[in-house]
Amino acid sequence: MKQFAFLVRRDLSLAFRQGMDSLLVVVFFVIAVVLFPFGVGPEPGTLSRIAAGVIWVAALLSTMLSLERLFQTDYDDGSLELLALSSLPLEVTVLAKVTAHWITSGLPLIVAAPVLAVLMQMDTDGFLVLVAALLLGTPSLSLIGAIGAALILGSRRGGVLLSLLVLPLYIPVLIFGVSAVDAAIGGYEFKAQLLILGGFFIGTLALAPWAGAGGLRQALE
Amino acid sequence: MFEGKELTCIRGERLVFTGLNFAVGSGGALVLIGPNGAGKSSLLRMMAGLLKPASGKLLWNDALALDDIDEHAENLHYVGHHDAVKPVLSVLENVRFWAGVRGGDVSEKNILNALDVFDAKHLADVPGRFLSAGQKRRVNLARIIAAPAPLWLLDEPTTALDRASIALLDSAIRKHREGGGIVVLSTHADINIESATVLDISDFAQGRETKGAA
Repeated sequence: MKQFAFLVRRDLSLAFRQGMDSLLVVVFFVIAVVLFPFGVGPEPGTLSRIAAGVIWVAALLSTMLSLERLFQTDYDDGSLELLALSSLPLEVTVLAKVTAHWITSGLPLIVAAPVLAVLMQMDTDGFLVLVAALLLGTPSLSLIGAIGAALILGSRRGGVLLSLLVLPLYIPVLIFGVSAVDAAIGGYEFKAQLLILGGFFIGTLALAPWAGAGGLRQALE
Repeated sequence: MFEGKELTCIRGERLVFTGLNFAVGSGGALVLIGPNGAGKSSLLRMMAGLLKPASGKLLWNDALALDDIDEHAENLHYVGHHDAVKPVLSVLENVRFWAGVRGGDVSEKNILNALDVFDAKHLADVPGRFLSAGQKRRVNLARIIAAPAPLWLLDEPTTALDRASIALLDSAIRKHREGGGIVVLSTHADINIESATVLDISDFAQGRETKGAA
């Protein structure tokens, strides 16, 4: 447990000192969403109807953007070999790196989301549910992404491959994330969708570290 | 006691070596030699548990080492081709992280002492990105001093090191062996390891029979 905290702290301090990486993710998120009012036009009805979907899709894409570097830098400089050789099981190492990834790229998205919801003229009833859905959904995105990030190690043009591998797996999270917000805006019950998102989170939490560690072992051979 | 029995390594459908045996006792040293591509690095990675042997087994104190890879990893330090020095962390932070991940002593005194072994104490506050290749290697070597482990697997540790640093490594290895530690290293350069067993890996390549016949 102490070593787990050590690893998370190290990844966080790496991310903060490299600053740009996690900042870029948020900036991409904001810009991607801001494009929509320009493209779709400012009519209130249209924008507010697609608001939840746009914010979620932008969140998926910006998470993707930061995934490629999740293991790549450690792989390139040999740190990954040494992490695999520490007494910490590789599964726990994956979990620690995913935790740090979520804190540096998932949390900022959640903070930025309500501001963008205002910009998209989303109905205020949806704000809280949007934040709740993102809180439950983005950890799954980081966890699923870790599997893809581990599998692409050592391949050329890994970034493109990563989106092909990971984006289809994001679809369930997207569906229930958007539907929770839409239900809340429409005045319907949204608890079921949030529970399903929570279920995805627990499911990926149980499976992704093992799959990710398997991918890393493959890459290190 | 660290032993390998009938080890076979296959890389990309090419047989690198087969039927390889070795044994190093406490305080012993094994020096791996052989031309490029003979499998020195592969053998070291195999010993570390990073690479699974196609056949054969590794024994650590008569127990199968690869049965519990995490436990085996606790007994060893591996120094590969990359130095695992993060450019944005200072030398002290780099070494402290690796010591901490091993559950070692992370006090500043211990880390500085480890750096001092390779004459890198004055670099403690320098960020990794300003280090030369040789300095990075010394920091990487200080890492294995900071959190002790009985088995050292060093893959061409003298790369990028100057003569003075090689002498420091030499004495660090001697001290490690005096304490009962085991060292396995591969090398092209000349490093004086006293009373070491030398293993020429090319002897175990496929086709050694034909070579012998000719």
